[in-house]
Amino acid sequence: MITPTHYMLLSAALFMIGVIGVMVRRNIIIIFMSIELILNAVNINLIAFSAQLQNAVGQVFAIFVIAVAAAEAAVGLGIILAFYRNKETVNIDEMNLMRW
Amino acid sequence: MSQAIAFYFISACILGFAVLVITTKDTVHSVLFLVLDFLFVAALYVLLGAQFLAAIQILVYAGGIVVLYLFVVMLVNLKRPPEAHQDPHRRTNWGLALSVAVLVELGAVGAYSYARPAPALAAAATSAMPVTGNTEQVGWLLYTSYLIPFEIASMLLLVAMIGAIVLAKREL
Repeated sequence: MITPTHYMLLSAALFMIGVIGVMVRRNIIIIFMSIELILNAVNINLIAFSAQLQNAVGQVFAIFVIAVAAAEAAVGLGIILAFYRNKETVNIDEMNLMRW
Repeated sequence: MSQAIAFYFISACILGFAVLVITTKDTVHSVLFLVLDFLFVAALYVLLGAQFLAAIQILVYAGGIVVLYLFVVMLVNLKRPPEAHQDPHRRTNWGLALSVAVLVELGAVGAYSYARPAPALAAAATSAMPVTGNTEQVGWLLYTSYLIPFEIASMLLLVAMIGAIVLAKREL
């Protein structure tokens, strides 16, 4: 029997993989992909509860999350391209123009 | 029983491909593993009875966002791998340690809630899902109760589109 706890554990594990990717990798494109993994973990949680509660509102919120993820990817990748044109790097350690 | 087998298989694939996404050296391979990961997440949505979300997942994520990533990976042709540059001030071990700490906390929360099952959540459900299709239901909610959030989301996408164009254009 698959309970919501199973889905929450899967979601937490996927979230943690995304967080580890954000913390450990230096390639900013990989970091953006890790953020997509994190958003997917959130979506799994929302839809698992939507199925458990027999209420479609969770799916509506998952659609909003997907819309925000698409907006984030478009703007973030635009920033990466603009930065790459100026500095020829995608390494976040070299992106220290605004470091205090 | 078959549902449990499907769940465990799909979960194993999701987590395995997610690990591959963040560990692979080649960024293009990483993007391709991300596509597979999104496809398995879509399969999980089907398992949960959210067919519309599964279609959106495949169309928007596997079809749109990942292609965007591939374009950027191809546009920034890397002469040297970004991981080669070592910042002496960077504390990767600290990042790993903090991630592990959060993982332990999440595990503790999971173990705690597993020991004390929550009161039956299904009983709190106000109305059972009607017999109409999943897409119809989600669309009904989107265009009635959540109309204003829906419109705000469309405005957000418009702003993001304009912002991406402005950012990516060489000279305005």
